[in-house]
Parts: sequence; C-alpha cells; structure tokens
Amino acid sequence: MEISLTVNGTEHTTDVPDNSLLVEIIRERLNLTGTHVGCDTSQCGACTIHMNGRSVKSCTVLAGQADGADITTIEGIGTVDALHPMQEAFRENHALQCGFCTPGMIMSAIDLVEKGKPLDERSVREGLEGNLCRCTGYHNIVKAVLDAQDKM
Amino acid sequence: MYRFNYHKPDDMAAAQQMMADAEDGVYLSGGMTLIPTLKARLASPTDVIDLSGLALSGIELADDSLTIGALTLHSEVAAGNEILSLSNLALAIGDAQVRNRGTIGGSIANSDPGADYPAAVVALGATINTTAGAIGADDYFQGLFETALKPGAIVTSVTFPLPGRAAYEKFPNPASRYAVVGVMVAETNGDVRVGVTGAGPCAYRQRNFEQALADNFSVAALDGLEVDYTEFNSDIHASAEYRGHLVGVMARRAVAQII
Amino acid sequence: MTSETGIGASVKRKEDARFITGAGHYTDDINQPGQLYAVFVRSMYPRAEIRSIDVSSALAMEGVMAAYTGADLAADGIGDLPCGWMVKSKDGSDMIQPPHPPVAVSVVNYVGEPYAMVVAETLQAARDGAEAVTADFNEIPAVVDLASAHGADQIHEAVPGNQCYDWELGDREATDAAFASADHVTSLDIVNNRLIPNAMEPRAAVGMYEAATGNYTLYTTSQNPHLARLVLAAFVNVAAESKLRVVAPDVGGGFGSKIFVYAEETAVIWAAGKLARAIKWRADRSESFLADAHGRDHLTRAELALNADGTFVGLRVKTVANMGAYLSLFASSVPTYLYGTLLAGQYRTPAIYVEVQSVFTNTAPVDAYRGAGRPEATYVVERLVETAARELGKDPADIRRLNFIQPEDFPYETPVALTYDTGDYDASLKKAIELIGYDDFAERKASSEANGKKRGIGFSCYIEACGLAPSQVAISLGAGVGLFESAEVRVDVTGSVSVMTGCHSHGQGHETTFAQIVSDKLGIPFENVEVVHGDTGRSDYGLGTYGSRSLVVGGSAIVKATDKVIAKSRKIAAHMLESTEENVDFEEGTFSVTDSNQSITFPEVAFSAYVPGNYPLDELEPGLSEKAFYDPENFTYPAGAHICEVEVDPETGKVEIVNFVAVDDFGEIINPMIVAGQVHGGLAQGIGQALLEHGIYDESGQLVTGSYMDYTMPRADDMPNFVVDTTVTPCTHNPLGAKGCGEAGAIGSTAAVMNALTDALGVVDVPMPATPETVWRAMEGE
Repeated sequence: MEISLTVNGTEHTTDVPDNSLLVEIIRERLNLTGTHVGCDTSQCGACTIHMNGRSVKSCTVLAGQADGADITTIEGIGTVDALHPMQEAFRENHALQCGFCTPGMIMSAIDLVEKGKPLDERSVREGLEGNLCRCTGYHNIVKAVLDAQDKM
Repeated sequence: MYRFNYHKPDDMAAAQQMMADAEDGVYLSGGMTLIPTLKARLASPTDVIDLSGLALSGIELADDSLTIGALTLHSEVAAGNEILSLSNLALAIGDAQVRNRGTIGGSIANSDPGADYPAAVVALGATINTTAGAIGADDYFQGLFETALKPGAIVTSVTFPLPGRAAYEKFPNPASRYAVVGVMVAETNGDVRVGVTGAGPCAYRQRNFEQALADNFSVAALDGLEVDYTEFNSDIHASAEYRGHLVGVMARRAVAQII
Repeated sequence: MTSETGIGASVKRKEDARFITGAGHYTDDINQPGQLYAVFVRSMYPRAEIRSIDVSSALAMEGVMAAYTGADLAADGIGDLPCGWMVKSKDGSDMIQPPHPPVAVSVVNYVGEPYAMVVAETLQAARDGAEAVTADFNEIPAVVDLASAHGADQIHEAVPGNQCYDWELGDREATDAAFASADHVTSLDIVNNRLIPNAMEPRAAVGMYEAATGNYTLYTTSQNPHLARLVLAAFVNVAAESKLRVVAPDVGGGFGSKIFVYAEETAVIWAAGKLARAIKWRADRSESFLADAHGRDHLTRAELALNADGTFVGLRVKTVANMGAYLSLFASSVPTYLYGTLLAGQYRTPAIYVEVQSVFTNTAPVDAYRGAGRPEATYVVERLVETAARELGKDPADIRRLNFIQPEDFPYETPVALTYDTGDYDASLKKAIELIGYDDFAERKASSEANGKKRGIGFSCYIEACGLAPSQVAISLGAGVGLFESAEVRVDVTGSVSVMTGCHSHGQGHETTFAQIVSDKLGIPFENVEVVHGDTGRSDYGLGTYGSRSLVVGGSAIVKATDKVIAKSRKIAAHMLESTEENVDFEEGTFSVTDSNQSITFPEVAFSAYVPGNYPLDELEPGLSEKAFYDPENFTYPAGAHICEVEVDPETGKVEIVNFVAVDDFGEIINPMIVAGQVHGGLAQGIGQALLEHGIYDESGQLVTGSYMDYTMPRADDMPNFVVDTTVTPCTHNPLGAKGCGEAGAIGSTAAVMNALTDALGVVDVPMPATPETVWRAMEGE
C-alpha cells in the first residue's frame, strides 16, 4: 500500500507492505536509525517517537495507521550544533550510558514536559513508566528531565 | 507478522461490509492489543479493518451521563474531569505512550482479564453501545475474553451514568502493569456497585461488598467480608488467594478515597 | 584546562553527542548492499532427540536463499562453542565439557536452542521460511530442578550425574574444627535467583565475506571483539584469524551477556562465507530471553561460626550452581574463582571452606552477569553476618567493625587465595551511616508504624575482586586466555592523539575517561584525544570490557604507553632544546629546561618527530607512537558499605525503598560523574534481583518469564533516588591507583535490600525476589 507521511518536516510517499510497522518504515525505508527496537511486546519504549504531537511506540503502529501522520523522530528535535533543551539536559546530567534507550527516553520526556503539568521526582518517574533503561538506574534521567523542565 | 490486507473504511457501512467480505477479518482500533498479537504471530487474520476513520471519537456530557466514543484515547479520558474516578482509571492504564494510542472501545471489545475499564463499566453500570444494539454492564462481560458483543458488531460508544461518588484503586502487575486486581467502588443514585477486574476471568460485581456498603458506606463495613477466590486467576505474579485478599484491600482503599 | 578535563574531573561525555541525536551506530543500524536476513529455528522442547529436519519447504519459498542445519555446519568443520576456563574437581579431575555445537545437530537441550537457520532476501521471507522448516523430535522429560539435577536422568552422554565439576577451596579441616568449638553458629539456606540480563539492545550480527580477498568481516554486539575473533578462528574454525575482522560498533549494554560467542554470530559469519553475501540477524526480545546467557542461579547452605562476642571464627559454604544445558564461555569460573575467593568479605575470618558443585539442567546456559560470582558471594556473607548480629543481639555495624580487616593489616592474605592490597572498610561504613542518618532510624521506624507501615534498615559491607586479571594467576587457575590489555598511543603529526585500546565501551564512557587520562598526562586539549575501540582491525589484541577491568587494566596500559610517548618526547625535546634529558622538565604539555625559560610544546615535539629535521636521527627513530601491554600484578579490591532502608505495606506486601546509600572505595577516580552513573545502574540491578526479577522455568522446562509481560524489569517508578559517595584508598599496584567500579553497585546492594526487608518484617529470611505476594506470605507466617 502507498502511504504518505511527514517525518521531521519532510513529506514522504512510499509503497510498503500492508503489515509494515511505523518503526520499520522509519528505520529501513527512511534510514533514520536513531529510533530503536528493544522488545517485541510494546513495553520497552526504545521506539518512542511523536506522532501527531503525542509520544507513541512506533513498533505498535501499522503503516496504514501512520498514513497522513506528522511524525517527529529523535533526528528531528535538535542537532549536534543546536540541541533541544532535553538533549542538552541529558548530556549535562549524564542521563545516558549505552545510549540505546536514549532516543525513546528523550522523546517520552519531551512529551511529558510539554503536557504542561509541573513535574516533580515522583511524577517524572511515573511519567517514564513506558521507557526501560538498564544502564542508568534512572537517577540521572529524572534529574535531566527536571532540569529540562525549567528550560523548556 | 503474517501478511494481511489493511483497510481504512470511511464509514460504518463500509467497515461492516469489509468484515463480511473478509475471509478472516479483525477490527483495529488503537492496536495496543491486536498489533503485539499479530507481531507474535499468534493470530493470522486475512484482513485488518482500521476503525479510526469512523467518527467514533469524542466525549459527550449529558445531564446524568457521559458518553465516550469507542475510538477515544485513554489519554483523552485521563485528561477529562467529568467523572474523576474514570479519568484516574484511564491514567492508570499501561503507560503514557500506550495511553496515546489505546482506546476504550478496543479495551471493552477485547475484555482482557487485566484491563482496567471493565471495572468501571461494571461499577458505574455503564451501557455498551454497539452496531447491534446496546448491552448493559451486567450482561456484557461473560468469561475469559468472552463478551456479549455479537460477532461482527462494533462497539460505537460507552455511556457511563454520572456517579454520585466513585473511586478506583489498582494493584498493578509489576511487569506488564495490567491490573492484578482493580476495584472501582461507585455510588450512583443511591445504588452502590463494586466492580472488580484482574482477579477473575472477567470483570464482575463483588455483591457482598455492595450490600455492606449500602448499609454503611465506610471502610469498616468491609471488615471480615469474604471473597470467594476459587475461580480467580493465578500466575507467577499473584495466586488466586492473594488476589482474593487484594480485592478487599483495594475496595477498602477505594472507599477511603471516596470518604 | 587540565583541571576541567583532567583526571578527577566530571567531564561531560564525548560519546553523548551521537547518542542523544540518534546518530549511534548499533549493529542493527548497519546495512550492507544486497544483504540477506537470517532467522533461527528454535526448539520448543527443553530436551529432545532430533530425528530429522526437513528444510525443503522453506527452500521452496520465494526469497529464501538457504536453509542450514547443525549438520551443515558440522560437515564444514565448524567446531563446538568452547568454555574457556578449565576448573578441576576435588579429586583433581578436569571438569567435564559436553559437546556444544553452535547449531544443534542430534539433540536439543533447552527451549530456544537453535537447530536451523533460514537465510532470505527479506526478513519477512526469512520468518516465513523459518516457520516452514519442519522437524521430527523425540521428546525426553527434561531435568529442570537444580536441587535434584545431580543424579537425575543424565542429560549429556559425557557427563555422569549431570555434574560438571565438584570444586573446593579453603581449609576444610581447620574450618570444621572452628565450627566444632564455636560458641555460636548462624546458618542460612540461600537461593540466589536466576536472572536474565536484558541489555536494552538485543544481540545482533552482520556477517560479510568477500570471495576475491577471502576476508570475513563480522559486526557483532560484543563486549570483546578480539576474544570473539580468537574463538571464531581458533576454536570454531570459521576462518583464519588474519582473515577475520570483528567489529563491535556501538553496543547497547552488555552486563556480561555479550561477552560470549553464541550460535547466531557463528552461523551468520559462516553462512556469509558460504553465500558470499552479507547476512544480518537481530534477536527478537523473546529470543534474547531464551538464548542470551542467564545469570546467578545458585542453591547454597551457608554457615558462620562465631565466638559469643561476635568474632567470626569460621565460614562454611556449600553451593550447587546451575550451568544450564551447556557450558558458556566463562561459565565454569563464575561460581568458583569469582565466587569462592570472595567469601572472606571484609573480615578476618581465619578459617573458610567452600565447595561448589556445578550441574547441568535443561535450561539456557548460565554465565557471567554483572558481578559474576561476587554478588552471590556478597549475598552469602552479608546475609549471614546480619543474621548473626540479630541472633547475638548485636548492632549490625558493630559486629562488622569487630571483624573488619584493619588498615594496618594490609596487604592481607585471605584464607581463600586472594591477597587484598589496601582498604579502609570502616571509613566507608562510617560515611554511609552518617549519610543514611542511622542514628535517627528508630524515629523514622516509629513514624512508619504510626502510618501502618513496617520499616527496616539493612547493611551490606561488600568487597569484590575485579580488574580482571593477572594472567599467570588466571591461567594457573584454569583460564584459557591471559587477561592483560593492549594500548597504543599514536600521536599525529599536528600533535593530536589517537588511543587504540583492546577494551570496549558499551555504556562505560571510555571514550571520555581514557581521553581524560591521556589529555591530562600529555597536557593537550581533551578534544584532541580520540579513543578508538571495538575493532580488531584497528586495536591490538585485548580482552574487552567486563569484570570491571577497563580502567584498571586498559587504563593502566594506556598510562604505560603514554609514559613511553613522554619518555621519547623528552629525548626529542632535549635535542631540540640543546639540553640533556635530566635537565628537561615536562609539565602541562610543555618541555622546559630546568631553571631557564627555554621551552617547547608537545605538539612542536610531535611535529619534529614526523618532520625530523632538528632531530637526533642517529639515536632515535622518527615517529611518535607507542604501545604497551599491561598485565596486572593482582586483582583490585573495590569495597564499600551499602545501607538500604525500606518501608513495607503490610496489606499488600509491597516494598518501597525509601533510601539507599552507597559509599564505595574505588581507589582513585577519573570521572566522578561516570562512576556515580555506574553505581546507580548497578544498584538498580541489585535491587531488581532482590525485589523484582526472576527467570523462571516451569517443571516441564518451559521458560515462563519469556517477555517483559512477565519478567519484571526495574522501571523508573520502582527505584528511589540514590545517595552515592566515595572514600579513597588508592590501589597499590597500578599506575592509576584505580580499582574499577562497573559492577560494585550490583554486588553490594542485593544483600542490603534483603537485610532491610527481613529487619522490617522481623523474620530470618524471605525468598528473592521479594514480590508483594512473597512478602505478604512471609508476614502471614508461611
């Protein structure tokens, strides 16, 4: 089936099998490999992107459901020379180690802050329920999100 | 996943026709249950019919009820304040990303024993509106993944009477975050209902708790009341006996929240 | 400049730039033109004879290029996956290593064991093809229960009684005598629960073969590419070592599980050679659960003998360790030389005896997982010590202080083979006690109780042996490889530096810390130092990253190589400054003649080495690039005090960690921010073992916890903020004075949590993981 979607501001039209997942389109069709696949039960959150303004797990979205959607991936929120405040906060606070969960974690964290409710340690921890990290023990991730909150 | 044909009909008639024409069709709403099932190759439908093109989303407040469209996201219900207990319940579903895709219609149609909404449907005495007629809460949940939904029928919305007071308490599975036990206690027009999910094969009413609370709406009223856990679910996270115990604990906490 | 980016500074990481922008290159991100996709066919049975395998239907499917069985690999001379550590039993006999073909040939021994591989043009076709492979199995009842595995139905023809070895360490006679005359004996039966490592990046491999050159290239999620290359070449016979390049690119966590050479990369690189095409494989998470090496899984009877005053007089331990169905690469060493040798703990216990019987079961192979043997040892010792304190009515801190090895006792030779170089255990304990507010605990407990909750506090004063390893010690104990490390410090013409290391970074931040070391020593900007790792084509042979070895062994090799660079530079500078070496000082990147203002910078010296005009060519070769191979003199011994405070909801049994303090002695610290991060991550894993995680096989041998739906991974809301701090007694035997920090968090924490929980509940023991139901039942007195 042919689908059209806007990814990081650029429109793409592509022909994909009906049973393609959004994460496959992002990683393989569009070569945006910053979004990662970490599990097969929609729990780890490494594949988190923004779809129509909301954080979603791209491994659990079918191609047809993404048709016409506005997608932002980790590659679209900032660059090495112009980092998004959340990316900056992750670096400043050592909120990543191996980096594999990081793109998904950053995308989730941005959505969490952008929702508008003032966050504290508890609500950040609850808000990041959908993102697993095996390296950091979450301590510095929480610090980074609270830090970014002030700057976003 | 196995191969399938994906369809996105514009209206109800087209959706139902596609289902009728399909060799082995399934409806898709949020996909939070269906897509992982397909990825695991546990199902092999020939056709996946996406209902998100039908205008089935939205929250409508009437004088004494709230009607939530089947395709309304958990995050949208969570952001509402018409029935606070229901918003809190929706906020406890899955995680943030799941709530941005999962729908009430999908949850109700599927009736996972660990899903949260069924407790609210039962406790608030909701009506499930479908393309094949309306079904009352007491008739809807019938067994493990078994509902009164007619084959091929589509859930279009759920109508919740506005409760006088209600609260939901959930004890989540630490791994999946589904409900090990979830209890909603609600008093609507003088009627007390206690809806339990997670514990048994499907959501049900804990009748002896309802009677006790009807007499005396207090935490103490639930002391010493038995929960029959013989038919309860049991797995590595919680035995039937422990779930039986938790029903009481969560019910007391829900009452405490209300009072 | 040096102070902001030098040794001891919390420099922000170089590697972050690519990770936070999604520009990392993990193995699954790597795509080769025309690549094929591999999918493995895995056993549904925990134990069965393979009567026949039929791949014909798969081969007939569109897009399927090949379908291989174990017999195909064997026919091509592909060898078994080896275990690299020969452990001997009490009677002097060698451990028994059952055959371990990478892809099963005639028998399968655990659910998930691969027995065929389908290679196709698309992943979809490969999955469909894999499903079309049929096989005829003769199912055999599986041996699953660890306690009864010895003497149960024999799994491997070569292994009578399913016993791999029956090993011992220490002095049995002296220990038995100590017990016979002791005033008090504390004993515990301990189950150290099986864990599944679950690094966030699933394992993956991309294998390539170029017929025209005969060169193989393997991209693989490995913690140690050189070791993978050695095993694949010399033991598995995939290719000659010189024709095989192994690259471990960005790797998303390892925790031990990516040390080993597995079936999948073996089959992928072999098949790439057969087809002369690139082949890619990535594990689904469910495959990771089934087929990554698991961790822990011990049954232990442990006893501590004490005098009435609380002095430890003897420790006696008997452990049965699960090897799983086959021996993984280091499996035999984990419950022996990485476990038994740590049973002295921080204490002067004079008599220790440990016996470990390792057995096979029809479950996934078990091998090193963060801490590898040391968490198990710490758990035994620290649970015994805390329990003894309670039995004798002593304060848990006091009983430890009474038995600590004192600073003046070092170097201290333990009764279990190791000699600790230095330490100050009381310093860590004192700081931890202060940080957790131990003196006010009673008040907090009363407050919890007023709220209907139980509250407890627990200690764990752990020590570990890491910085793997002094080669001759390791080899004499059965290791099949040395454990030194390589370093090359290659100065560029313009004075920037590349540092090639045989270690690997998969989260540890070596690109940053190693650069700090070299930048600090050479006095050149941190930005001008590039650290190169993970590629056998670029770095000399090294042993990779695990066992908290990289800074200690890899960093020391870098120091040595850097010192050689400085030594040569000094000669060059002396020539250029028309002075002598003895009169040339080197400070902050500048060579100067003593008591004069004549000086020359390091980049100027470097330039001269490569454009040797004003240069002593008659005495010195041009160029400025030095190597070193560093073999440590001893293990290093990080140690510390972890204190955990928990609150328990008696109605549900849910345990909340309300405070966790870790005060660790890692010797000299290069980057405090990175060290704290390592501790945080380790704490989460240790807490995970105590409260959440359990790899469970049912009686028939099926893995019940086969996905994140059932295996409880720690999430952000399961963890508290951690309070971490350090004390310092520099390591005496390496140039950095460093001890390593990568595993300590996971080593010390589990016992602290369970000591706190048992304190809260007033019970002797609670099984791990202490799930809500488990705790609820413990309170009900079951």
